Order: sequence, then C-alpha cells, then structure tokens
Amino acid sequence: MSLEQFSKRDVAPGYIFYNAEERPQSGWEFFKRGFSRAIKGELLVGLKIVLVEMFKRGNTHTVSYPQEKLAIGPRYRAIHKLLRLQESGSDRCIGCGLCEKICISNCIRIETKLDKNSRKEVSQYTINFGRCIFCGYCAEVCPELAIVHSSDYENASEQRAHYGLREDMLTPLDEFKANKQQEFPGFGALSDDADSFVKKTPLAY
Amino acid sequence: MDWAIVIETVIKTVIVLSVVAGMAAFATWIERKVLAYMQRRLGPMNVGPHGVLQLAADGIKLFTKEDIVPQHAVKPIFKIAPVIAPVCAFTAMAAVPFFPEFTVFGYTVTPIISDINVGILFVMGVASAGMYAPLLAGMSSTNKWALLGAARTVIQLLSFEVVSGLALLAPIMMIGSLSLIDINDYQIGGIGSWLVWSQPMAFLLFVIAGFAETNRTPFDLIEYEAEIVSGYATDYSGMRWGLFFVGEYANMITVSFLVSIMFLGGYNPLWIIPGAVMILIKISAFIFLFLWVRAAWPHVRPDQMMWLCWKILMPLALLNILITGIVLI
Repeated sequence: MSLEQFSKRDVAPGYIFYNAEERPQSGWEFFKRGFSRAIKGELLVGLKIVLVEMFKRGNTHTVSYPQEKLAIGPRYRAIHKLLRLQESGSDRCIGCGLCEKICISNCIRIETKLDKNSRKEVSQYTINFGRCIFCGYCAEVCPELAIVHSSDYENASEQRAHYGLREDMLTPLDEFKANKQQEFPGFGALSDDADSFVKKTPLAY
Repeated sequence: MDWAIVIETVIKTVIVLSVVAGMAAFATWIERKVLAYMQRRLGPMNVGPHGVLQLAADGIKLFTKEDIVPQHAVKPIFKIAPVIAPVCAFTAMAAVPFFPEFTVFGYTVTPIISDINVGILFVMGVASAGMYAPLLAGMSSTNKWALLGAARTVIQLLSFEVVSGLALLAPIMMIGSLSLIDINDYQIGGIGSWLVWSQPMAFLLFVIAGFAETNRTPFDLIEYEAEIVSGYATDYSGMRWGLFFVGEYANMITVSFLVSIMFLGGYNPLWIIPGAVMILIKISAFIFLFLWVRAAWPHVRPDQMMWLCWKILMPLALLNILITGIVLI
C-alpha cells in the first residue's frame, strides 16, 4: 500500500471530474477570455429569458393561499381525528390505551371506566397539541383505526390554551372551559395557573 | 426681486416634490409587480385591484411604525442621515427640465425650477452628495453590517463618479454647453440627431454609471442582503428607512431624465407625438430597464466593481474623449 492512497482520500473511486474551463495563464489569454465573454452576449440572453417569462400568460407559480390551497397527500399527518363506528355512530375507541403508551412526546391522556354493562368506556381523551410532534405512532398502533390523522393543517391560534385540546374532535368546549382537562405535567403542558394567563378574545369566548 | 418669479418657483417646487414623491412610491409597486411577473410570481394582489393600493398600505405602515434609534448609535447623525438622501435627490431635480415649454392662460411656463448654466454639473454633483446618506447612516449605526455598507458606499462613489463624469465629457464637447436645455435643443432634428448615435460609447458608459449611482442591481453592493444583511440601512426602521428608498427612487427618476435628455433627444417632439409624451415614454422605458436588469442579472463583488470601473470603463471613456476630440478638430 503506497502513500498515495492515503493522500488522495477525498477522491473516491468512480469520481467524475468536471472539466472546467482552463484558467488562462498569460495576460493575452486573459484578454482573449474576457473579450469572448463580452461579445457572447450572455447578459442579453438573461434579459431575454426574463422578458419572455413576463409576457407569457398563466405560467405563474403563486398559490394565492387563503383562496387556493394545494392538494395534500392522503397520508399527511396533521391534527388527529377520532372516528365513529359506521353502524352505530358510537366511538370506535375501545379504550385500550395503546396510543397513550406509545406516544413518545407523552401528550395523549386517556381515562377509562367500566360502564353499566361492564364494558370499557372512554371517559376522557385529550391530546396536548402543543407537545405533539405528529409522528403518527398513535394512529399506527391503534387496533380499531379509531384515531387517525386528518389533513387539517391550519391549526394556528392566538393562545397556547387552544392547543390543549381540539374540542370539535376530542373534548367538548364546555368541559374545557370548566377546567376539567387532565394533562401530564411537563414541558409544553398547561400549567396549573394557565387560566390566569389566558386573555379573552371575542372569537373564542 | 420680482415676486411673481418667487411664487412661480415655489409652486413648481411643490409640484415637483409631490409628483416625484408620488412617482417614487408608485415605482415601488411597479417594481414589485414587474419583478414578480418576470419571476413567475404574482406580486401584491390583495390590497386593491391587483394590489395597487399596496403602496398606501406600505406608506401607512412606514409612517406609523415605531422610530427606533439604537442605544449606541451616534444619535444626531443617525437621525439626520436618512434626510440627506431625498433632499439631495430632489435638489438635483432643480436643474432638470421635465417638459417642453407650455402656455397656461396666456402665461408661458418653463417646467424647470432653475435654468442654471452649469445644469448638468449641478445635477451630477448634488446627486453624488446624496451618497453621504448611506455613508453617514452606516458609520453612525455602530453595526458591523452598516459599517461595511458605508465602506462600500465610498468605493462605489470613487468608482462610478469618474466614469460618469468622463462619459459626459464627450457629448458636452460636441454641444458646447452645460445647460440641460441647450443639450436638449441640440437634438431637435428628429431621431437622427439624437446623441446616442454619435456617442454610443458615452451613452453606454453613462447608463452603467447611472446603475451604480442609484445602487441598482448589478452594483447594489451597499445593501446586498446575502452579504451584509441590509448594508447601511440595517439599523433603520419605519419612515427613516423609507426616506432612503424615496431618495433611491427619486434618484432613479433623475438618472432616467438625465439619460433621456443627454442622449435620447429629451423632450423634443417626434413626428406627431408631443414632446411631453416622448419624455414620459423614455423615462418609463428607463425605469423598466432598471427593473428588468434587477430581475435578470446577478450583482458584482466590490472588487469586480472597482476593476470594471477603473480598468475597463475609465480607459474606454478616455478613449472616447480622445476620439471625439480628434473628430471635432
């Protein structure tokens, strides 16, 4: 093994070299290169390209966002949805708690109890969207396809409290307002005195 | 002193100030739209039809924004620097004839604020004094990007000033007058008498120097975002920031007028087109050229700019003067 193999380690086998223009050596060659570049009119070609693009109709790439929206892939992972059974309309969730166990950011809380027929019933289901990283493990592990990701990606809000839960899909809003939301303590969770920091807006309250 | 002249001058000044400031504001919208269409975008669309009221929205925003003066800035200079840019740009317009003479109610109006006999020198000198705005702004900001912008202002001034001065010398030798009205009247005989045909090299050099003087794209190195954030204007906000841009667009309009009057026949009527329409067409074409070049071309490094101005353009300008002198003799 010779030393050369070590000294040229930046060049892997099969490396293709780009044969760039050779750098001129003498002043006369510099002048020739500058002259040929000057008369080639590359700058004018650039001007022509942008002018043609300006007068072409209907080649704009702008999506005027609030009016137009790009189509989103069906497997896009946005805000969760809890689905209902097709036949009875009741919740698909059987309260197994796998999503709570697998959630790596610890943002799902599920509370179950036995109903009067001794069947398991989900009494409380919350997702802290301020902490959720939308990894999709919960939807993947769910045996009943009860929790899925929707394509609803417009979840900006004025208050962090809105990320405690998504009332239209998880918890009713009146329960949230009564401060019955259960959260795990930790980074991103609502603090005990979160309500005192909430400012009233005419939209939400 | 005849009070009628004073009143007439004041009225002209107010009209020039308001119309050019309005044109400068409108030019920002035109620039955004033209750049957008050239780059396959739409540009401002939501405020008014096709975003035409965007300039009103921008103006309200700029005027109502908080006026922030950095803690360690040299405050008096920091505050006065943005005023220099529009003041110099508008003062330069005092010697520019905008339109041909016209008659209102039997009174002949000459649309020039002051026909001084060194008009072209006055315009060039005052417009160059406007470079003090970025220089003082950058040096008083105590910000490294602003300081770099100020340093680049100086090398830009040193580079383009010699080219624009020498480029103008050759046509002035042919005309024999420095007054812009005389320069315009020299080209009264139709397209064939335009100086661009007899002085194409001077025309080219002066346009290149004009791009450098107005900090437009191939030479926008004093505020190039990718290198020095926003250059001299990094620490500015609100209307102080806006004043720089009023000055820049007013400078663009001045340079367009200068090029049109010096080389493209100015406000002389052509065939059935009246002179006022002719000069407006030329101004619009030049403003469009400024935007077009901005969309198409990359900008140069400071060393490339100095190399271009001192090693290429200045020898060409000198050669042009030499050949013009030999031909004139």
